[in-house]
Amino acid sequence: MMLEVQDLHVSVERKELLRGVNLVVDEGEVVAIMGHNASGKTTLALTLAGFPQYNITRGRIIFRGEDITFKAIHERAKAGLAIAFQSPPAIRGIKLGDMIALAGGVNPWTYKLDTGFVEGVLRKVNLEPSLYRDRELNVGFSGGERKRSELAQIFAMKPKLIILDEIDSGVDIDSLRILGGSLREYIEANRCSAIVITHHRHILQYLKPKKVHIMSNGKIVLSGTYEELIPKIESLGYEALIKGASPNE
Amino acid sequence: MSESWREKFKMKAMEALTKRAPFGNDIDLSGFIGQAISRGTIPEDAANKALEVGIELTDKKSGIYFQLDHSVVLSQLASKIKGLELMPIDDALSRYEWLRQYYWKALSVEQDKYTATAELNRTKGYFIRALANEKVTQPVQACLFIDSEGLLQAPHNIIIAEEGSEINIVTGCTVGNRAKRAAHLGITEFYVKKNAKVIFTMIHSWGEETYVRPRTGAIVEEGGVFISNYVLIKPVRDIQSYPTAYLLGKGAKAKFNSIIYASKDSLIDLGNRIILMEEGSSGESVFKVVATGTARVYNRGQIIGQSRDTKGHLECRGMILCPTASVIAIPELIAEHSDTELSHEAAIGKLQEEQLHYIMSRGIPPDEAISILVKGFLDPGLPGLPESLQAEIRKRLFMVERGLVKGSEVKGE
Repeated sequence: MMLEVQDLHVSVERKELLRGVNLVVDEGEVVAIMGHNASGKTTLALTLAGFPQYNITRGRIIFRGEDITFKAIHERAKAGLAIAFQSPPAIRGIKLGDMIALAGGVNPWTYKLDTGFVEGVLRKVNLEPSLYRDRELNVGFSGGERKRSELAQIFAMKPKLIILDEIDSGVDIDSLRILGGSLREYIEANRCSAIVITHHRHILQYLKPKKVHIMSNGKIVLSGTYEELIPKIESLGYEALIKGASPNE
Repeated sequence: MSESWREKFKMKAMEALTKRAPFGNDIDLSGFIGQAISRGTIPEDAANKALEVGIELTDKKSGIYFQLDHSVVLSQLASKIKGLELMPIDDALSRYEWLRQYYWKALSVEQDKYTATAELNRTKGYFIRALANEKVTQPVQACLFIDSEGLLQAPHNIIIAEEGSEINIVTGCTVGNRAKRAAHLGITEFYVKKNAKVIFTMIHSWGEETYVRPRTGAIVEEGGVFISNYVLIKPVRDIQSYPTAYLLGKGAKAKFNSIIYASKDSLIDLGNRIILMEEGSSGESVFKVVATGTARVYNRGQIIGQSRDTKGHLECRGMILCPTASVIAIPELIAEHSDTELSHEAAIGKLQEEQLHYIMSRGIPPDEAISILVKGFLDPGLPGLPESLQAEIRKRLFMVERGLVKGSEVKGE
């Protein structure tokens, strides 16, 4: 098993945002998490990634057999858990190429840099190295460029589980194809697992999740196969679908 | 050769010996030694230390001046370099009588006790001159090195870029392992003639018991460009400097870029003044500082617009890593003409947690992530510096923070 989330409760400033999430992701499995805004999807993603402002009040997170509930962000990343952010920050003075090297475990300022590695990763997400290697991290990037920058950094980390927090938001159809295609390729080649948080089915067409979970009010309230749930979501919308369903717990 | 022409400066200096500087602590200079034994070679550890301030003794591409305590151990130009002069200031003053007209012209000998003491205890210094229309872009290196305990080093440097010339100078000032307590009073005068350009990069690496009072003046003529880059990375006991650029020709330009990493209990009081004296002249000062430990950093900037169609901008960006550190930005804009456009912006704040967590999410431990952000914040990108030196500065900026802030208030550790 890649990831097991048991009865996860999370608060931020005493407000409970996750109210008992249970989730299992197997090795090589892709799962989708959907749901309306403020249902707890991003909270779940950032909690799994270890962001300290998300206070875990109950439950456990088991990643590859290890309890990482209280591990720091970088330790989780080192263990093979990577997250692509919905709105990554722009950071001046740090080049995208250097960040990719750092994500790959190479310090670009103290070691002679193997530029082939950085270039290879950039090409995987269709960013021309000569144009993007020296660009400041996410500074002035379009929506699609930001998301491709996220994936490039993640591929450099060689993760075992990728959490994609709305990788498809603010992205045009061409970028979506590049993102979806490169993710599919990485996942298949590395027997990597993925949690895809999204509002739309388009990215899912590339990533073909077996399971879809729907979150509402800090919980997973409905789970099913892609074939079962996606047509229902599209015809009924989340509210009606959730009302008509009984919670899965 | 008689030095009687210097008597008037010495007289003025005598009178100013107790004159306090307007900024910074008043340093008692009496405990420092003006004399040093003569040195003929550069010890290996000094050569390594010089590398920290960007001075490569093996680099023979351009020219190099190396002053160890009071001894000029190297002063040579590469044979292929034409149109450039480099020599100890005393040699230059002997050779060129006209040079006396430049001595104490860009700044005043009676400015304060430090200029006065420097004149009365002058210990060498360099003279660099680019001849008219000669453009030497490969940086000339100059190193002022204090190697003896308790030394007072007071070099007087004069840099002249003749009409239409261009020159690039990298100066490294540092102390060796043997000198714990020392004082440096460096006098530097720049003369940027019509349509000439000077790029001057000064890298300081002092000791925790070093007192530093550089005094600098620059006179920039019509169409001239003066760019001054300043880098200070290591802790220093007490430094105060406030160079002035006088833009007295039409369309003259001055730019000061400062990169400061202030750590431990350093007291750093740095600023600069740009006087826009003639039509169309413009100036800019960008000061970036990261402060940690109990360091206290003052950034003073002053731009005076005195003529029409002049522009000036001051910028101070500060990051504070420790609650015990402080940064004080004191910008001054003085408009003495209705057609001058002056602006300033200052932003001082803490390290952004969102950025820190973002970098950590790539598998990078917090102390290293802080180093990366500090490096990014200060990242030089200094105009005129060769890429190798930029890379060296980047590396040092990255290294310096590592280990120093372990245990600081980083959540999520």
